Amino acid sequence: MPTDPIIADDRPLTIGTHTLASRMIVGTGRYDTMEQMRASLDASGADCVTVAVRRERLYDKTGQNILDFLDLDRYILLPNTAGCYTAADAIRAAKLGREILRSLGNPGSDWVKLEVLGDSKTLLPDPTETLAACRELAADGFQVLCYTSDCPVTAQKLKAAGAASVMPAGSPIGSGQGLLNVNNLKIILEYLKEDDADYPVIIDAGVGTASDISEAFELGADGVLLNTAIAHARDPIRMARAMKYATLAGRDAYLSGRIPKRLYGTASSPTDGVISTRPYGSQA
Amino acid sequence: MISITVNGTAVEIQTSMSVKQLLETVDVPPNYLAVEVNGDVVPREDYSATTVSDGDDIEVVTLVGGG
Repeated sequence: MPTDPIIADDRPLTIGTHTLASRMIVGTGRYDTMEQMRASLDASGADCVTVAVRRERLYDKTGQNILDFLDLDRYILLPNTAGCYTAADAIRAAKLGREILRSLGNPGSDWVKLEVLGDSKTLLPDPTETLAACRELAADGFQVLCYTSDCPVTAQKLKAAGAASVMPAGSPIGSGQGLLNVNNLKIILEYLKEDDADYPVIIDAGVGTASDISEAFELGADGVLLNTAIAHARDPIRMARAMKYATLAGRDAYLSGRIPKRLYGTASSPTDGVISTRPYGSQA
Repeated sequence: MISITVNGTAVEIQTSMSVKQLLETVDVPPNYLAVEVNGDVVPREDYSATTVSDGDDIEVVTLVGGG
């Protein structure tokens, strides 16, 4: 059970049949060392981390395997299809990831972070290939957490295609630009939760710093997924801790309900009994 | 000798072998790996019964850091 009073005071994040204590999902890529990654994940408080599927021996030059640095009793692994540009390739990657996690006995074996890109410069997703892959993987029994752009129409189609969670980008992957189109994200949250308030919408990609996470939660996002903002911070471990508190703060602020924005000031101290030669609120 | 392709590279092996035997040549615990033969994932329980034959296209993958 979570010991943090804020987490304990909230319902957990449920995605399909999976339940996460932390609402922040953290990637495992781009760290300088495996030890740094492990310490950063620990500081983040995340209990779900993403991993990528790659050819053996052609990737990690150090000869280390990430699985030797991840406590599989502590973390649920979320395999991604990063690097895939077609539905067919993404489906292959998903099935291979499922097989590894099945061998490891990790509960992540029945889900996938679906990511089908359409352009290598912007890393924007290909909506038609993503939709096709989402439909096929959902039919094959996968719980699909589907990365997409901030387009509300595509988001609706992905939910209809069976995505366990739709994950719109705040801004391009790794760009650190934060939430570029808050209005679209608000529309996505409204549309996808219209007939099911518990349907999980996770902001995936674009986080640059802690306030971006708080902003996502304040909008009503159910979760946030990020990687580079922690891994490439000057002090990744400290940034991971900042992200944890930003998650808790943003979620708590959302649950508390913000005050409406007003054009003019409203006094927070009593207007009666003021020691003043000028009546309260009067002009000079 | 038979010729197979492993992760995009042509490889000559002495004779047909099972997927289980093939993975014994890789310096990684087998449960860290997944195998595709000619585009189809081989379930772990079928490693012994699945034979790698001349001309087969094999992919051997593991997990790495990613976001």
